[in-house]
Amino acid sequence: MSIFDERFVQVIEQPLSWEQALQASGDLLKNYGKIEQEYIDTMIANVHELGPYIVIAPRVAMPHARPEHGVHEKGISVVTLKEPTQFSEDPAHTVSLIVCLAAVDSDSHLELLQTVSGWLADEDVLNDLIGAASTDELQHRLAEFYF
Amino acid sequence: MKILAVCGMGFGSSLMLKMTADRVIKKKDIKADVEATDIGTATSMSADLILTNSEFAKQLQGGNATVVAIKNVASEDEVGKAIEEYLEK
Repeated sequence: MSIFDERFVQVIEQPLSWEQALQASGDLLKNYGKIEQEYIDTMIANVHELGPYIVIAPRVAMPHARPEHGVHEKGISVVTLKEPTQFSEDPAHTVSLIVCLAAVDSDSHLELLQTVSGWLADEDVLNDLIGAASTDELQHRLAEFYF
Repeated sequence: MKILAVCGMGFGSSLMLKMTADRVIKKKDIKADVEATDIGTATSMSADLILTNSEFAKQLQGGNATVVAIKNVASEDEVGKAIEEYLEK
């Protein structure tokens, strides 16, 4: 079964701080019992401690923490922000696409990373995902083309 | 050569960097080992070239390894350039 699940996809209209944006991306997984709030708190604390290293490509952040911080089941959520959020004052840390990753060990999510890596390597794909006007549209584009 | 891909946890973006680097060395037929690790472990490991993000690059500079900050972990262009520049040194 594909890991893609349209319940874990959301387009957010209102401007959010990066903390709120990470919370929103984690909430999608939390609401279905995949992770605990502790996991989201840890992701946010990691960025406070280590800096915005989760910005893995221009416009894209992939928040994650270690499995032992409250992951029940592996999962991925995809959130796009109509109003980009800033992870720092550096414009390089402006983010519109958040891929929240919950892994249960260090290798069962490799396929998932490969999929996301494919998006990052292709500017057209990123534009297509970030340009989705509504949650429906983003779900459709992800299901149809990118998973 | 030994390449280290470094991120915060050692199983997210560093693995994506490793995938990109593995593709590059295969395409260019370069003999290299690529390993992914976290920032805590990285400081105690030896490598010729370290690929990481701009935050960790600052912390990892100053050792024997050449440290390169990569903006897009999936960019074969960026990673390829870093490897080639190292080899040309």
